[in-house]
Amino acid sequence: MTASLPASPGPAAIDRPGFTALPLVCENCGAQFDAEPSAICLTCLGPLVPVYDPNRSLPGRAEIHARPNSLWRYREWLPFDGTPTLSPDTGFTPLVEAPELARRLGVARLWVKNDAVSHPTLSFKDRVVSTAINAAHTFGLDVIACASTGNLANAVAAHAARAGKPAWIFIPHDLEPAKVLATTIFGPKLVRVRGTYDDVNRLCAQVADSFGWGVVNVNLRAYYGEGSKTMAFEIIEQLGWRAPTAVVAPMAGGALVTKLHRGFREFAAAGLFDDALPRLYGAQAAGCAPIVRLVERGGGRIEPEIPATIARSLAIGNPADGLTAARGIADTGGWAAAVSDADLVAGIRLLAETTGVFTETAGGVTTAAALHLAKTGRLGPKDEVVLCITGNGLKTLDPLVDALPPAPLIAPKLREVAALVDAA
Amino acid sequence: MSLTISLPSVLSRLTDGSRSLSASGATVGEAVADVTRRFPSLAPRLVDDAGQPYPFVTFYLNDEDIRFSGGFTAPVRDGDELTIVSAVAGG
Repeated sequence: MTASLPASPGPAAIDRPGFTALPLVCENCGAQFDAEPSAICLTCLGPLVPVYDPNRSLPGRAEIHARPNSLWRYREWLPFDGTPTLSPDTGFTPLVEAPELARRLGVARLWVKNDAVSHPTLSFKDRVVSTAINAAHTFGLDVIACASTGNLANAVAAHAARAGKPAWIFIPHDLEPAKVLATTIFGPKLVRVRGTYDDVNRLCAQVADSFGWGVVNVNLRAYYGEGSKTMAFEIIEQLGWRAPTAVVAPMAGGALVTKLHRGFREFAAAGLFDDALPRLYGAQAAGCAPIVRLVERGGGRIEPEIPATIARSLAIGNPADGLTAARGIADTGGWAAAVSDADLVAGIRLLAETTGVFTETAGGVTTAAALHLAKTGRLGPKDEVVLCITGNGLKTLDPLVDALPPAPLIAPKLREVAALVDAA
Repeated sequence: MSLTISLPSVLSRLTDGSRSLSASGATVGEAVADVTRRFPSLAPRLVDDAGQPYPFVTFYLNDEDIRFSGGFTAPVRDGDELTIVSAVAGG
């Protein structure tokens, strides 16, 4: 089918950048392909991933350390030949030690990998869009698009605006208002779809097949996903070139856990740290936990679910990377946990009150899951744990409105403050 | 029962360039078997060795994932639309 409203100019109209995307290989059957905007194997429909030259020159610790503080300091592990030019300053978010939260969990040490302050849209999706938009640039795809639960919409809209590229963004109709506004402000074509994220996702698979756009999490997915590895790279470097014993991360489509696993393995293979790989723990909301249930069953297939949770950024009932995430968890000796909506709200509060980091619902899931994993003995007193906090709390205020105490209202009188102090 | 099957473009090279096929059968499985009889090279792309869908290929019957309605045993009606999508999106 040829669509009627393509907005991409032909390749001849594009000024080609001075860098290229890497070729691709099928993870399922091993078939190899030239670099192209496709995430599907022509032979078996399996997922494609970039092929890195095993003999490429890799930097050592000192060389990486001397580079600018962005995810491109790890460019040899990102899917391009040459130096990408778009979105040059995303990544290298703070790794914040959190001794009080460590004490609450009963673990030796704990850090928050704080992508709630990611540049420019306050979630880890800035990482994946940084690689995807550069891939689109190499292919001469001028229109950028995505299916999103919110954070990706924010990131695609912002990165596309900065690059001067039109963006088409498809979201479920009932996203949080802050995420809708924080997308609209960048001036994309924002389309609300009646249905769940999984419905939007299916639609965008067909859109990518029809309009010749760069849909970052569909036909650019092979390049997009690689950006997530940089969270693993930063954890290793920011801990002083060593690994924690455990990493807890939220799971929606399962891509982050999958790519954390790949990132840790790649840095280990490069000799950049000597410790064992960290155990990977995945967190989901109980109202949408197909990957957790796969881990608990010990294998098999993903059984899709219809999401019912306030953690909308994790509400993917048919996770495309669920199998590989579960494999990564099993291979590292980790586990997975699902938490209730009430517990995730408590998790948001616990993280804020013990670390000064305000996260969205997904981060509440991660924190509450870590607490559950500690209570059930999956995390122990010798563990050094990193929590991957992937989004900012200002984006999902609604669940907190009734959960937090109202502030007292007083007259501007010192005695009224004194009364409050006495009562505190 | 007669229904329409929509294929991803990567498979259209196996169906003489057509992304939309007519098929017949009482269930999704029978309809898939009907088109793979006519286009045998489609079979290993749509059905695994056990006769089931691959984990990374999703079938939607009138917009609903067939895994919610019995998989390949899901019944079809005249005029239904079966959409096949590679499940590599998401996240």
